[in-house]
Amino acid sequence: MSDPIIDIRYVAKLAQIALTDEEIERFGAQLGDLLQHVAALERLDTERVAATAQVVESRNILRDDVARPSLDRETVLAQAPQRQGKFFRVPRIIGE
Amino acid sequence: MNERYEPVIGIECHVELKTATKMFCGCCNEFGGEPNTKICPVCLGLPGALPVPNRRAIEHIVTVGVAFGSTIAEFSKFDRKNYFYPDMPKDYQISQYDMPVAAGGSVKYWIEDGELRECRLTRVHLEEDTGKSTHAGSTDGRIAGSEYSLIDFNRAGVPLMECVSEPDLRSAQEAVAYLEALRRTLLALGVSDVKMEEGSLRCDANVSVRPVGSSSYGTKTEIKNMNSFRSVERAIASEVARQIAIVESGGRIEQETRGWDEINGVTHSMRSKEEAHDYRYFPDPDLVPLEISPAEVRRVTQTLPELPAQRFERYTARYSIAPRQTAQLIDNPALAGYFERVLALGARPAQAINFVLGDLSRLANETGVAVAESAVTPEYLSGVIALVEDRRITSKVAKDVLARCWHGEGAPAAIVEREGLARQSDTGALVPLVDQMLAAHPAVVADYRAGKQNVLGFLVGLVMKASRGTADPVVVKELLNERLSSG
Amino acid sequence: MPASNELLERSAAEIAAAVNERRVSAAEVTRATLERVVATEPNVGAYLTVLAEAALAEAASVDRRVAQGERLPLAGVPLAVKDNMCLTGSRTTCGSKILEQWIAPYTSTAVARMLAAGAIPIGKTNCDEFAMGSSCENSALGITRNPYDLLRVPGGSSGGSAAAVAAFEAAIGLGSDTGGSIREPGAFCGVVGFKPTYGRVSRYGLIAFASSLDQIGPLTRTVEDAALTYDAMAGFDPMDATSVQEPVEPAAPALRDDLHGLRVGIVREFDPGALGGAMDALYRAAYAGLERLGAELVEVSLPTAEYGVATYYLIAPAECSSNLARFDGVRYGLRVAGRDVRGMYDATRAAGFGEEVKRRILIGTHALSSGYYDAYYVRAQKARTLIADDFRGAFASCDLIACPAASCPAFRFGAKSDPYSMYLMDYYTIPMSLAGLPAISVPCGWVQPPDGNEPLPIGLQLCGPLFAERLLLGAAHAYERATNHRATHAPLAQRLTA
Repeated sequence: MSDPIIDIRYVAKLAQIALTDEEIERFGAQLGDLLQHVAALERLDTERVAATAQVVESRNILRDDVARPSLDRETVLAQAPQRQGKFFRVPRIIGE
Repeated sequence: MNERYEPVIGIECHVELKTATKMFCGCCNEFGGEPNTKICPVCLGLPGALPVPNRRAIEHIVTVGVAFGSTIAEFSKFDRKNYFYPDMPKDYQISQYDMPVAAGGSVKYWIEDGELRECRLTRVHLEEDTGKSTHAGSTDGRIAGSEYSLIDFNRAGVPLMECVSEPDLRSAQEAVAYLEALRRTLLALGVSDVKMEEGSLRCDANVSVRPVGSSSYGTKTEIKNMNSFRSVERAIASEVARQIAIVESGGRIEQETRGWDEINGVTHSMRSKEEAHDYRYFPDPDLVPLEISPAEVRRVTQTLPELPAQRFERYTARYSIAPRQTAQLIDNPALAGYFERVLALGARPAQAINFVLGDLSRLANETGVAVAESAVTPEYLSGVIALVEDRRITSKVAKDVLARCWHGEGAPAAIVEREGLARQSDTGALVPLVDQMLAAHPAVVADYRAGKQNVLGFLVGLVMKASRGTADPVVVKELLNERLSSG
Repeated sequence: MPASNELLERSAAEIAAAVNERRVSAAEVTRATLERVVATEPNVGAYLTVLAEAALAEAASVDRRVAQGERLPLAGVPLAVKDNMCLTGSRTTCGSKILEQWIAPYTSTAVARMLAAGAIPIGKTNCDEFAMGSSCENSALGITRNPYDLLRVPGGSSGGSAAAVAAFEAAIGLGSDTGGSIREPGAFCGVVGFKPTYGRVSRYGLIAFASSLDQIGPLTRTVEDAALTYDAMAGFDPMDATSVQEPVEPAAPALRDDLHGLRVGIVREFDPGALGGAMDALYRAAYAGLERLGAELVEVSLPTAEYGVATYYLIAPAECSSNLARFDGVRYGLRVAGRDVRGMYDATRAAGFGEEVKRRILIGTHALSSGYYDAYYVRAQKARTLIADDFRGAFASCDLIACPAASCPAFRFGAKSDPYSMYLMDYYTIPMSLAGLPAISVPCGWVQPPDGNEPLPIGLQLCGPLFAERLLLGAAHAYERATNHRATHAPLAQRLTA
């Protein structure tokens, strides 16, 4: 964990954000810096500590299988960046 | 079947659960409907929306787990599976990663000769379905070559149950038998419509081959895009053959995803140029864990209906009914119920099954009325069977009586009485009939005396017909023999 | 009948009383507020969207209800809503280009409960983009200035709501607090900023930043107003599975006049000596003030608290990287064309997100990615447990904890250009967020900065155990009543407007 070099290109690809070369370099430096600070966590003894899953201790917060009103299609599609009739339209999907 | 190599197959199924509403919101869960009308902030992934799990979906998956003998986790949770795709409203899917609701268990399935086999399950977990995209602008509606895509989010958020099997299956036929057993059980439990044509059952196969006798695993490929059980069988068979051919010629199997091409009957590599997905699973902070108590599991266990595999064993082992006939019954719960009622009234299984799957099913097809809803009640059928057993009517007459009963002519006993269809065994009554027949067909008699013994059957048939089927065929045959040999 | 204008500078409680008693109508209060907004906004810039029409319509409705005999806890009270909370028909931007034109088709539960209580939504306030920031400078859509010194930041991320309340453009501001985003701007703008226990207020309709940390809370001019707001909003919501079913004991009726019988923990690791002479003196005076009110001061230790910032800046970005994936140009918001859908994603998110948001998405994605998940995300969640354990230990020997709300008063625009120096602004507030504890910032004095002419407010932070809102607000009220620091100076913005 002590190696704080982040592969910004790979991470940006996962996050689907286009970055310029300049940004890749700048963010690389800034986030590398952050990770240097974060490395302090290595000093903590977390061997026998449970990770906090949730602050609340609730269990089984569920809902009954009962219908609720849906949104009006026109209201929603009116704000779609691109629509075609009753559908949302997106540019072609290449591969998976 | 290749003798040197055996297939090793595992099946991964996605089953849409039958609930009134979606997994994490109150939108309707219904097949079809106008596009983009069953959407809300939650299932559309609007900013600020939050998921709340559907109690019924959880009940369903617990029921399924118990039915397959899985271990139900006392403590399970939801995780986010992160990836971008236009039919994913949040660009992550709420699923279960390392703590699924159910683990282990097995699906009992049966093959052609009736042998019951078992395929172990790895896990069963809950997740949400994606929206549906149609690809436009290409010549075949497929994604490659399309210019744009249209998305309908009605299906987004529908509860999905993923069943992963161990690679215990050893042929394409077994894979289909497994799927059929899975399907029957889920139908019997009422948790899904399991219709491949509607997308409520989807499956992928993991296929590899290895030398017969080996216990290690070969490289596997994942086969997708199989849209029917027939496709599954053909696709797996095709892939097995492809892999064996490669291995036998000294080649290496690539670990990849392959899509089944229904039209050309082959699988194609779907290998994308990107790396394998890094889904960055982490526990969904918008949801709290599920606790399913042992008491709850016991309650579900006690209220399970009889499962198809149990019914299969009962019919084949206890009633000695042939597997193919058993399978027909199991696929039709109403018919099976009818059959059981007939048995309960004392009829022998062999008799009952023959009439139910034979004459009655034929009548059902002809008239469009289900057997269980016809005028031939279980009481009537068992009555007819008793009449045959007691030799009061012949089996030929039984067919006629059932048909008349079906068409509303009343109770079988009354029909027999009214139409005078009682079996005639009395030689006194039959002798005139026999003599009449012999007198009317001198050429046939001559044939017989000339050595053509098989015309006897023809003569028996004539007498039967003349007697409207009531003549006891055994007695008729005896009488004919007597008459013909005596010259 | 009190002049509506004068009424605008009173508390929400007083406004509600006046409207309920029909000494003034909600419509009049609303009109006066809208006028004040017009006059003040050129200087302060608290609002991204003013909802004049909706406000007047809502006011008319409140007046009808009051006329029919209803007593509404927040009748006619002008409400500023941070622009990361959905309100049907209102532009809801999160301070981001990617939602610059988005109109919410539904209302968040918290806001709905405020409206049910009679509050009038005056407008949507500016904030750091997607609530990521401590100064409001990260907003892509506007600049908000500190009403006490227009060359300084109002704090963040709920800077707009804090400024609106401080400048009398609303009586209650709703903010959201993830690592200090209510408490810190509250301190910077000389108002009360309150973050309830995690799960007390529904997050349904709050546009998520870090799901396990976000909480909605009030920014108000008095602790009593914060209590009234909390009482109106708190409670289980079936639309939010993380909202708690713990019964809500109303806080407004339990406000205290003194602190007798209470033990207040002073955190050894949070020695104000580290903050320089002026701040040190003010905090020591504040602690002494608590003692004068009858509190017994005890020293407590939070040894893991120093790891709070590191812990937070792994967990919050990780969650936000996933929460912000939905902003992809497909269904709503900004879309920038691409050669294919992935190209569209890349271009849309590059254009739509600002720098800080990108930074956090990147670091969060990295922390969750294969090979790093255990070393970063899981380890941080374990550190979080240790921090929560520290608090549990501390609360064994005290009822409340007192410490600074921020390490300095409001700084000048551009002063914290290094990202990490900005992250340190949350140093005192992050540990409470990680533990999910209720915490409040109350004005506790004034500092004359070396680089400015105007006296600047600072805030005392009080924190309680889980679900101890009643006790916490009660104690904060006692301190506020005895010290009344707000009265010492009027905001520059007010002087400029008058």
